Amino acid sequence: MILLWLVIILMAGGIAAWIAAKWNVMAARWISLIATLVDFVLAIIIWVEHPSGITLGANAPWLVDFRWNWIPSFGISFHMAIDGLSLLLVLLTMFIGVLSVLTSWTEIEYRAGFFHFNLLWILAGITGVFLSLDLFMFYFFWEVMLIPMYFLIGIWGHENRIYASFKFFIFTQASSLFMLVAIVALYFIHGKNTGVYTFDYLQLLGTALPPAAEMWLMFGFLIAFVVKLPIVPLHNWLPDAHTEAPTAGSVVLAALLLKTGAYGILRFVIPLFPNAVRDFQVPGMILGAIGIIYGAILAFAQTDFKRLVAYTSVNHMGFVMLGAFALNELALQGVVMQMLCHGISTGALFILVGALYERIHTRDLNKMGGFWDQIPRMGGVGLVFALASLGLPGLGNFIAEFLILAGSYMANNWVTAVATLGLVASTIYSLRIMARVFYGRKPKIEKHIPDFNVREMIIMGSLIAAIVWLGVFPHPVLDTSRPAINNIINTTSQSSSMSNLKKPLLPVKTGTTVQLAGKSEKGGAR
Amino acid sequence: MLDLLWIVPALPFLGFLILALFGARMPGKAAAAVGVASAGLSALITILIGISFISSPPQGRVYIQTLWEWFNVAGMNPSIALRLDPVSLTFIFVITFVGFLIHLYSVEYMEGEEGYSRFFAYMNLFVGSMLMLVLGDNLILLYLGWEGVGLCSYLLIGFWYKDPENGYAARKAFIVTRVGDTAMAIGLFILFTELGTLNIGKILEQAPLNWAVGSSLPVLTAALLLGGAVGKSAQLPLQTWLPDAMAGPTPVSALIHAATMVTAGVYLIARMHVIFTLAPVILTIVGVVGALTLLIAGFSALTQSDIKRVLAYSTISQIGYMFLALGVGAWSAGIFHFMIHAFFKALLFLGSGVIILALHHEQNMFKMGGVKNMLPVTFWTFIIGSASLVALPLITGGFYSKDLILFYAFSGERANHWLYAAGLLGAFITALYTTRMVVITFFGEAKTHLHRKPTWIMEVPLIVLAVLSTFGGFIELPDTLGHLTLFSGFIQTILPANSAEGAGISTELILQIVAAVTVILGIFIAYLFYYKNPEKVASFRWSSFGNTLHNYWKKGWGFDWLYDKLIVTPVVWIAEVNKSDFIDLIYTFIAWINRVFNRAFSFTQSGRVRWYAMGIALGAIITLTIAVFL
Repeated sequence: MILLWLVIILMAGGIAAWIAAKWNVMAARWISLIATLVDFVLAIIIWVEHPSGITLGANAPWLVDFRWNWIPSFGISFHMAIDGLSLLLVLLTMFIGVLSVLTSWTEIEYRAGFFHFNLLWILAGITGVFLSLDLFMFYFFWEVMLIPMYFLIGIWGHENRIYASFKFFIFTQASSLFMLVAIVALYFIHGKNTGVYTFDYLQLLGTALPPAAEMWLMFGFLIAFVVKLPIVPLHNWLPDAHTEAPTAGSVVLAALLLKTGAYGILRFVIPLFPNAVRDFQVPGMILGAIGIIYGAILAFAQTDFKRLVAYTSVNHMGFVMLGAFALNELALQGVVMQMLCHGISTGALFILVGALYERIHTRDLNKMGGFWDQIPRMGGVGLVFALASLGLPGLGNFIAEFLILAGSYMANNWVTAVATLGLVASTIYSLRIMARVFYGRKPKIEKHIPDFNVREMIIMGSLIAAIVWLGVFPHPVLDTSRPAINNIINTTSQSSSMSNLKKPLLPVKTGTTVQLAGKSEKGGAR
Repeated sequence: MLDLLWIVPALPFLGFLILALFGARMPGKAAAAVGVASAGLSALITILIGISFISSPPQGRVYIQTLWEWFNVAGMNPSIALRLDPVSLTFIFVITFVGFLIHLYSVEYMEGEEGYSRFFAYMNLFVGSMLMLVLGDNLILLYLGWEGVGLCSYLLIGFWYKDPENGYAARKAFIVTRVGDTAMAIGLFILFTELGTLNIGKILEQAPLNWAVGSSLPVLTAALLLGGAVGKSAQLPLQTWLPDAMAGPTPVSALIHAATMVTAGVYLIARMHVIFTLAPVILTIVGVVGALTLLIAGFSALTQSDIKRVLAYSTISQIGYMFLALGVGAWSAGIFHFMIHAFFKALLFLGSGVIILALHHEQNMFKMGGVKNMLPVTFWTFIIGSASLVALPLITGGFYSKDLILFYAFSGERANHWLYAAGLLGAFITALYTTRMVVITFFGEAKTHLHRKPTWIMEVPLIVLAVLSTFGGFIELPDTLGHLTLFSGFIQTILPANSAEGAGISTELILQIVAAVTVILGIFIAYLFYYKNPEKVASFRWSSFGNTLHNYWKKGWGFDWLYDKLIVTPVVWIAEVNKSDFIDLIYTFIAWINRVFNRAFSFTQSGRVRWYAMGIALGAIITLTIAVFL
């Protein structure tokens, strides 16, 4: 039931905030803050109770399971469950949720009630996506998070908001229709094979599929997820949507919405279509490497601060794609870290951009410079997250990228060597942020800019604490996700033995190399 | 005593934390006190640890202190663990002790600057990171320190952030070294994939068991690690960032860009010596890189007018000697030269800092002159440092360390006469440019007046370093002069010794005499040209050939120009051209096509019946035609 509450509290909180705003705007803010805080606490409680992802059953990695037959005649059930992977992402959702309510505290004046309703419903949709184990339900929540986001961009966005919101909607909606078709096809194929027509994820796992069909269905799912991720050349909605959205919208987009794409690949694409994924491994990794380099080059060229940060997401999500298709524990654990760390670091950068925009009413880098002496706190915070963005050791992003690259090196040397060049590229654009905003000569407009206030320092302080913690002592996070990740790898290795493919996931070298299969079985049995 | 090791890096990190969080609200004196005290205490504990380590060495001469496990994924389980052995002990001694002296010096040098506490925060962070680099017991932790010092270097070069040129120099340093770091990262991936560990001890143990000498994997790995080393140590082809790095405050140049960080590459190669021994080709390349770099940088030093740039090129050149030493397998000689160089080069930078400050931030040597009488302490210590740099025979530390390198290059196991010749020529050039610098700066007419005099805070570090750069050399004496091997004996418990069998005392004596004559000749010629007959130099310098050569050398042999044309300009051009992302055109096109169709179809919805009737008739005719004829 606790899982259901996570979603219900957000949805109810959103409605309550909308109604409350009719008589008091501050009440709407407080209701939203309390709703997200309560959910955050609930998520922490789940985590504390299952610190290292201890499993319910012997073979399943699920920590909490909730099932209710919704439409039995179609095989649709209301099935929510949480494992280490989704737990971490729910934690991130609630953490970012609290901060995005806080960051909109003074920014949003116009129709604040409806704004908070949308914000909380997006969070609810995202939470639902992370928790659903029924494909029908999953699709339902996938759409729930889309529409309020459309409103968020379209109503509270910047100058070009209508264009951006349409673009965002069309890209994501069109791509998710492919997924809908694939879901229905999978439903019928499974039904025809076994006589059981169901949308239940656990039952659909291991559906025997003819190779061609498996490849097509995989593409159906993948296209929805890589548009969200996003992957070059399907990334074009992102810079517009991120740039035009209000701060909280950008934060939620970058920190959470993109992660649903990554989560979808890990949760659905790899386990449901392991053979097709393995065949698509090298192209998948190449797409990741392209995203890394291309995103960085574009980020470097931007003169709009927010757009620059937006393109860094393309760069960082390339790592996710690369790691996901490397298909080994090292890389996949790196992907989990990358999802969390990118959520924190890019979220922080967007909050910084938003705060700066609130003060100087421009995002144009050409009109900035030399702000360090006026706003040293903002400068320090900016420095920390620019460094996180370039993958400085000691901050979480380094561990994420190092694990991904080390793991993907095992899967493919050359693609990884090219992707590693992204480290140089990300250095260039990250340092450019500091150079253009905080260092150098001041622009002519002499004007007093207030530094971060207490509320903003609380937001930033907690983000810095989180990113340092992930960089110095990531054990709790990695322990939590390990069973889930091993379970994902198991599904791919099992199916390889079923289809008599003798190709091992890792090129196993003389004795010293990691024996992945053996390790993951052990992890799964715990 | 050894279990206090963790405090050595912890103190500077603590200092950084205090200054970063509360520095802005602290009075300047308190901030300086925190910065200096953390470095000083760290140095004190290092000395205590050193005494205990030498008097009662731990088993195997390696002491490992594990603090906590960093992360553990699929067999990759680096710990936050410190590894103390003779090599890392030498390094942490230099880092903390020289670091402390420079912190002390900075108290006065940076006085009254904006961001006084920020300066000490960055300096403390640097010392902590550098200590992690040399103490890390696995390569990921080493990489943490490696990137950490790169960051501090960036922050401190760009310390005076209001001038965009400083920012440019800072970014250049970070990005160029990051190119090397990326190569090194790939090297780490290979090591982990092939050997299943990144623990330094285990790599040294596993690599010879798994890899044959000269096989492709160790060669590739060693080449990639060398890529990291040349980046950080400013060797060919990644040396271009160091001269520009002089934009930072002078204490920064002394500590980071002379004494410690830039020698990290030497440390890495010495640390991974097993891998390099398995790849003899790459080890030879290390020597060649060193030889080429020391010559190129030496010639460039000869043409600079900014005193700090002379010292910067000199640093590149001296690190070239260290690389040359590593390349001929003279591991302990390389480390020895690192230590002596750290003393005298820090001394020279600090000395030049005193002059720069005294002359109102004037860095051009040709506008100085006659400083000898204005700043006597600085003059004499600077002379001592310069003597060590040119390796003046018998009485300087630099003589003993450089002599050892030349000796092994000539008669060691991996002797190479070309490398020896390069080293000897380098010694000659060193004598030339050093004498030139001293003559122009200190002698002749005073061209400017004294702005302020240094107090003891700046002079004590100079004196201490002068003593060290002279007497530091006496712990390692060649066979011809008493045969004392305190240092190499200490280092060789952990790094392989280089035997120079077949080279008798007579060879050694001849080599020393040759080196001594070369150096003295160099000084004499420079004295003749720059002191006695400066007009002759000037006439050559302004001749068309001389001018071309001068400008070419002064600009660092055109490497900047080459990289700019080859890499920077094309990348920036592509980025600029593609600023609005050409892929977006595809989608804009789709949208446009839709709009065109929309307009076309809405045009047909005119509401006029005759148009509709005609449409129906036309459609019927076309359909019928198709049906009939096909």
